[in-house]
Amino acid sequence: MTVLSEQVIYMDNNATTRIAPEALDAMMPYLTRFYGNPSSMHTFGGQVGRAINQAREEAANLIGADPSEIVFTSCGTESDSTAILSAIQTNPEKNHLVTTRVEHPAVKNLCDNLEIFTGRKYHVTRLPVASDGTLDLQRFKDSLTDDTAIASVMWANNETGVLFPVEEMARIARERGILFHTDAVQAVGKIPINLKETAIDFLSFSGHKLHAPKGIGVLYVRKGTPYIPFMNGGHQEHGRRGGTENAASIIGLGRACTLAAEMMTEENTRVRALRDKLEHGLLNTIPKSLLNGHPSQRLPNTANISFEYVEGEAILLHMNQVNICASSGSACTSGSLEPSHVLRAMGVPFTAAHGSIRFSLSIYNTEQEVDFVLATLPDIIAKLRALSPFWEDK
Amino acid sequence: MWEYTDKVQDHFINPRNVGEIENADGVGNVGSIACGDALRLTIRVDANQVITDAKFKTFGCASAIASSSMLTEMLKGMKLEDAKKLTNDDIAKALGGLPKEKMHCSVMGREALEAAIANYTGAILPMAQGEVVCECFGVTDLEIIRAIRENSLTSVEDITNFTKAGGGCGKCEDKLRALLAETVAGEAGHPPSVVKKKRMTSLEKIKKIEEVIEREIKPTLKKDGGDIQLVDVDGDFVTVSLRGACANCHSSRTTLKEYVEKKLREQVLESLVVEEDK
Repeated sequence: MTVLSEQVIYMDNNATTRIAPEALDAMMPYLTRFYGNPSSMHTFGGQVGRAINQAREEAANLIGADPSEIVFTSCGTESDSTAILSAIQTNPEKNHLVTTRVEHPAVKNLCDNLEIFTGRKYHVTRLPVASDGTLDLQRFKDSLTDDTAIASVMWANNETGVLFPVEEMARIARERGILFHTDAVQAVGKIPINLKETAIDFLSFSGHKLHAPKGIGVLYVRKGTPYIPFMNGGHQEHGRRGGTENAASIIGLGRACTLAAEMMTEENTRVRALRDKLEHGLLNTIPKSLLNGHPSQRLPNTANISFEYVEGEAILLHMNQVNICASSGSACTSGSLEPSHVLRAMGVPFTAAHGSIRFSLSIYNTEQEVDFVLATLPDIIAKLRALSPFWEDK
Repeated sequence: MWEYTDKVQDHFINPRNVGEIENADGVGNVGSIACGDALRLTIRVDANQVITDAKFKTFGCASAIASSSMLTEMLKGMKLEDAKKLTNDDIAKALGGLPKEKMHCSVMGREALEAAIANYTGAILPMAQGEVVCECFGVTDLEIIRAIRENSLTSVEDITNFTKAGGGCGKCEDKLRALLAETVAGEAGHPPSVVKKKRMTSLEKIKKIEEVIEREIKPTLKKDGGDIQLVDVDGDFVTVSLRGACANCHSSRTTLKEYVEKKLREQVLESLVVEEDK
């Protein structure tokens, strides 16, 4: 079975996004005619290097950084690993990391493995979150010790969209002489970011979350931050990341960053309004539905809603029948037998965690699509509740 | 994305026999909302001990709903005696198969059937009398042993796929591994007798030990992030070193004795003693 993009209502943009046509156009020449190696001495290759440097400027502009602070990587996960592993290698005498219980697996599993596979040389403090998914600054402050090598806190949570006060946290860490990394994969392109005004040392983001292709990521490394590369090799990226550049994708990413900057207002007005319409509509028309995450301290595009007494995978597959794409934090969709670690950390009751659906919008969504979801979903939930042995008792 | 068969999708989208039989002759409730799936099965049994009607209500994923729906279809018109013999595999087969991670949905159907029949006959559910091994999902040793036997399970991952045991905090993994080793050994009868008959040369013994470690033990430990290396064989004393996650695991001693030693004794020589190279 094949489903084409023009047939789907795509509300799973925190998973990945469609490539902006402008980004693809910018890439195409570098997948065809301009195949030279950017490191070559000849003009044919060198012109690719110039295009990469332009993309570096575009990426830097989106996050208020200097182009020299941008390192291109293969994905957000590589950026996260690079930052954290660099920090612990440049601080060999320190053995403590601070992070949160709701990080993406890219950070969560790296920290878990650092504990386990080093024979517990490293220990990790994982900050809890409140029931609305927010973090407590005082708790963060108290968790930092003289042994802390790095604190890594995501800017926005991928499941709930909840924003964390990373700028404030970075300042607190700086005062203690501790490096600060933020996984900003979900935040970059959706909210304005100006790193010059912050104390953030490392920031990760990924192309495919902001309408660039998959397989390209960025690590921001603040000027002067001690750094040890993760991918060792040639002199590419000024020796900070070996390996021949993924030229076309870098150029696509650059174009997508410029587009994201241009669309920032639309993201925070029109997309936010669509998200709010969807969210309020669902919460108002479907009984026993509730919002997961802080109502306002949140990304403009994300709504995570639980429908009690029904199971997420079943909801998603019914939505799939009418070509609506979204995600769930239920056990059955996570591939494990327990609901998502984020919802569990928030203490979302099991009745609700298993029935959570994440809608994540983009600038390509329309009001008609939102209306269609609003018209379709109540019946799906009602149908599944009619099957549920727990529903009748309510 | 799960790969569901057309039958699973059909029974999920158009579930048969949804609801509850009023004043049912047998009611079976299994699972809970905390566990992520639950099934209430009600059956009507006539004077000839034939199931004339069956209805279900299910909270759960697509395969849980499809398994329940298929089960009720299979039950209608079935003799109670035959229904007692129905296994989870029968349900899964009728659906054209289930992804292995979803086999527990068919097990839930079978358990609900057993509960409904027990409710009808007034018998006590045998499986519930076992000792709870997995506290996260409330799975007893009897349920686990049966799943291992009936479905020829070979790993802890299999047990989790079929019964959910071990799928939560993971603390019961060592117990599961021990249950698996015991059950598999019991199933095989006394296979070592064949091996014992002929006296092995030292070279054969070492080769055989190496082979069992590489083929069976290593892959199993690797699934849990661990690893093992054969260090030395001196008479019946086998020295190994545990690596990776095993190296710092609190239960590495149990792994060594309950799993590694048991496996080598079963498959190579009953007199073997396995020790860790410290």
